[in-house]
Order: sequence, then C-alpha cells, then structure tokens
Amino acid sequence: MNASTRPRRRRVSLLPYLLILPTFVFVALFTIWPMLLASYQSLFLQRLNIARFRTPTFIGAQNYIDLFGDDRFHQVMVNTLLYVLGTVPLSVVLGFLFALLVNRALRGIGLARLFFFYPTILPLVSAATIWMFFFTPDYGIFNTALRAIGYSGPQNWTSNPNLALISVMIVTVWKNAGYYMIFYLAGLQGLPQDVFEAAALDGASGWQMLWRITFPLLRRTTLFVTTIAFISAFQTVDHIFVLTQGGPAGASSVLLYYLWEMRFEFLNVGAASALTVVLILVLLVFTLSNFLISEQREDAYAK
Amino acid sequence: MPSKVAPRSFGARLGSALLTIFTFVLAILWAVPMAWAVVASLRPPTDPLGRGDVWFAFPLTLENYTRALTLAPFGQYYVNTIVVILMILTVQMVTVTLAAFAFAHYDFCGKRVLFYLVLLQLMIPTTALLAPNFSTIRFLGLFDTRLAIAIPYFGSAFGTFLLRQLFLEIPRDLVDAGVMDGCRWWQLLRHIYLPPAVPTLIAFGLSSTAWHWNEFLWPLVITNSDKARPLTAGLVRFTQLGEIGAQWALLSAATLIVILPLFVVFLFFQKRFIQSFVYSGIK
Repeated sequence: MNASTRPRRRRVSLLPYLLILPTFVFVALFTIWPMLLASYQSLFLQRLNIARFRTPTFIGAQNYIDLFGDDRFHQVMVNTLLYVLGTVPLSVVLGFLFALLVNRALRGIGLARLFFFYPTILPLVSAATIWMFFFTPDYGIFNTALRAIGYSGPQNWTSNPNLALISVMIVTVWKNAGYYMIFYLAGLQGLPQDVFEAAALDGASGWQMLWRITFPLLRRTTLFVTTIAFISAFQTVDHIFVLTQGGPAGASSVLLYYLWEMRFEFLNVGAASALTVVLILVLLVFTLSNFLISEQREDAYAK
Repeated sequence: MPSKVAPRSFGARLGSALLTIFTFVLAILWAVPMAWAVVASLRPPTDPLGRGDVWFAFPLTLENYTRALTLAPFGQYYVNTIVVILMILTVQMVTVTLAAFAFAHYDFCGKRVLFYLVLLQLMIPTTALLAPNFSTIRFLGLFDTRLAIAIPYFGSAFGTFLLRQLFLEIPRDLVDAGVMDGCRWWQLLRHIYLPPAVPTLIAFGLSSTAWHWNEFLWPLVITNSDKARPLTAGLVRFTQLGEIGAQWALLSAATLIVILPLFVVFLFFQKRFIQSFVYSGIK
C-alpha cells in the first residue's frame, strides 16, 4: 500500500514527534553524533599514550595524509578487499547450493539443513576457538588432511603470512553459508510451481531450469543476501581476535580490526577517527551504489 | 529441480542418489567442528591430543567443564549476557513500536527526513562507530557497565522499519473504524495495530537475542572487569589466560559453555528460529 494514502490526521500535533523521540534520541546519540564526532576528531592530533599529545591539537587533514602514506594502511585496504571478494561470493554461492540440496523431499534432509545452518547461531568467537584447533600445526585437521594427500607444506596456518587471512576467510564462509541458505530456501519455496511444470513439458533439462528459471526468479534474494553479506564482511572481525590478532605482521588485519588497534592499542584517537571516516565512506558508497544498481536492474526488467 | 523429474529413469535415479550422498557428505563436513568440540571437551584432561589421536579418549569425563568453571567466572558472564539482552529487548520493544506506529499512522512535517535519519543506522552499523561511541560512553560515565553494552541498541532502525512495513499492511477501514469509534492513539495501537504484529515482534526479538548473545567487539572495548563482561568477551579472555595454552579439551569445554544455552534453545525452537531469521533478515 502506498504511504501517501495513509495519512489519517492532518491536525498539527506534537504526538508523532513524541512517539519517535525515544528511537530518535538513541539513533542520534549512537549513530549520527559519532559520525560527526569522528569527522571532527579526525582533524586533530591526539595520542593518549604520549603526554604532550594528550590534548587535541588541530592539524587539518594531516591524519588522512599520514594514513594514505602508511604502508600498513595500504596492506589493510588490500586485505579488506581480498577478504570481501574471497568471502562474499563464495558464501552466497554455497548458500544457494545448500538451499538447492536441502530443498528436496527426502528422509533426514532436515538434519542436513540443521548441519548447514547451526554455525549461524554460534558466537563467532566460539566458532573461531574451535577452528583454532583445526589450523594448529602438527596434529590440526588441515595439516593431517594435507599429509594424507602427500603434501606437508603449511604447518601453522594462522601464523603463516600467506595463510592467515585465508584461515580467517574459511571460518567466515563456514559460518555464513548456512545463514544465506535459509533466504534462498524461503525464496525457492515461494517459486510458482507451474512455471517448472510448463518447462518440463517443453523438455527443459534440470540444468536449464536452474539457470533459466530458478536463478533469475531469485535475483531479489541474491541482491538482498549479497547486501547483508557485504555489510557483515566490513563489520565482523571477532574471529581475527581469536585466530590471528591481525598478524603475522598485519597479514590478516582488515579495516575494522586496524581501526580497533589504532584506537585501543596504539591509543591514537586522531588516526582512529580518520579510519572511522574511511569506513563510513566505504559503507555509504557501497550501500548507495548497491541501491542504485538494484533500481536500474528493476527498471531493466520492467521494460 | 531434480525432485520434479516425473518418469524416473535409471539415470535419473542414479543422479538423485549421488546428489543425496553429496548432500550428506557436505552436511557432515559442516558438522565436524561442533562434533569435534563436543568430543574433545569430554576427553580426560591428562591425555593430551596428538597426531592421529584427536577424537575419542576414554574414560569420558566432565572434568574439563568443572575446571573451566573454576578458572573463569562463567556464571557471572551468563548473568551479564542475559541482563544485557533483557535490557535491549525491553527497551527496543517499546521504542520500536512507538516509532513504527508514528511513521505508519501519522502524516507530519519532516517525516521522510526523520525516517531516513533513523534508517542511517542500517547502513552504518553501530560496530563501525566504536571509537567515537567509546568517547560518548566515557563522557556519560557508563564505562564498564552492562548498560553501556546495551544502550547503543536501544533504538533500532531495523525493528522500526520491519514493524512499520507490517503496520502499513493493516486495512485502512479497520483503522478508520477505530478512529470513528473515538479510540485514542494508545487504544488504536493496542487493539488494532499490535495484535497482528505479535509474530513480527517475536521474530525481531529472537534474532535480536541471537545477535546480542554473539556480539563481541563492542562489549570488549566497553568493559574492563568481570562485573560487566559478557560470555563472548569472557571466552576470549579465557583463551588468553597464561595457564590455558594449548589445552584443547579445556578450551572446547569453555567454548561449549558459551555456546550451549542458545544452541539448546535453538534445537527446541528450530523452525521458529529459522523463520525469524528469514523474516527479520539481519542478525
């Protein structure tokens, strides 16, 4: 129903504002204000661990200039990109695959669905604690499996610069695929069956139906799932605390983790604020472009 | 859709069987971490894991659990997590309902702007703003309290959005009839808007509970002692205790202590949980 058909009272009243006030106070205090505060503080030099820099001094854009000239920042941005590209498509595709696999009338299929889904409700730090064992050198499951196929290369996954970020990504994919599965499952169960019956009569193969009918019909689900996967990729770093602490030498540090480190380990308020602004911009650009792309696509389909 | 293939030839049956096997192999692969954690947590603490010996070791024992409980105040962590969640749920139910009602029922100046400002919280998750929010909490004198963990979530853009959508679907005639009968706003809310919204509120509450049970980073930075620390931050602290080292049986027990309550509730209300997650879309 269109919102414009809804107004029921035209009398000017304070009531609606009062009803929104509680929500607005908290959103203003913990979403709008911090965005302004971070932008403001990013223009100041303030380092809590150095006595003479404890009181903020205005330095203009210097925090940003320092940041963009900082090798660690470059490394962190590359890692963030790799992390997003490595986890989002893979977990979404696996979610789709799982949904197809468990969307069959079979005895015991509920158990398979449960096994795919349960990682969703585990706290990420607990999941990471379990996975820490799997990555462990010598008797960890990954190395045992590699030895079984005759390869004894990687020993300690989480402290190997080439494998640390991959370890973190494995845990992410394992944890999230089942979550995305349930959206595809809901989507699959809402599909009109007569389309498939008609296609089957026309002699379409299972594959053709999957790619020509199922997947296009689920594009809204895909868009939604991809969006939440992206946002979650930028805001979840819990497993990094358990598995690698961003190491070795920053090899598995991503934007939010680096921000935390800057603020709470290096106590550099100015740089942490600049990083917050960068993170906000990345999130805004991403969400808005995603929104625009989806609008365009809807237009294209409407024509 | 494989299940839709009507005349089942030998090839189709074989394909279907292979698909089933593939499904269960994959499912079992996904279950290995949890299964291993349960098994490992029951190993005798004196029997360290070694190459090729990482599963069962007898006799099975609960000793790791009792030891983990003596090494860290998990009881207190439980209380903290539950108190935080109850605070969030109680306040959210009120704020979300009132705001959604206002956005759905009234027309007023600045409505769109206010709505988009609230929705900003969906685009910029609170976690990303932890550095400036830390300053705010310090300023408010709330550092290292349970209230500090909960307060940023007292207003929920997501809940407001979800409930407003539902309120907009309520037939206009019903609302008009209420207005004609002289219902005051709280009577409209109580008798017309809220009854069909109960499932939505439950779904929102369930996914909110799961989300906050799992939350780690914000509680980590905003707490400094066991009196406020929730389970997730407590677990990470526990894994970093000097005397724990690579005692996997003990670590698994501690991990399961953190996981189990929500996990058991989930197993009992699996359908409801999954529906809530689908319905509410955000953890």
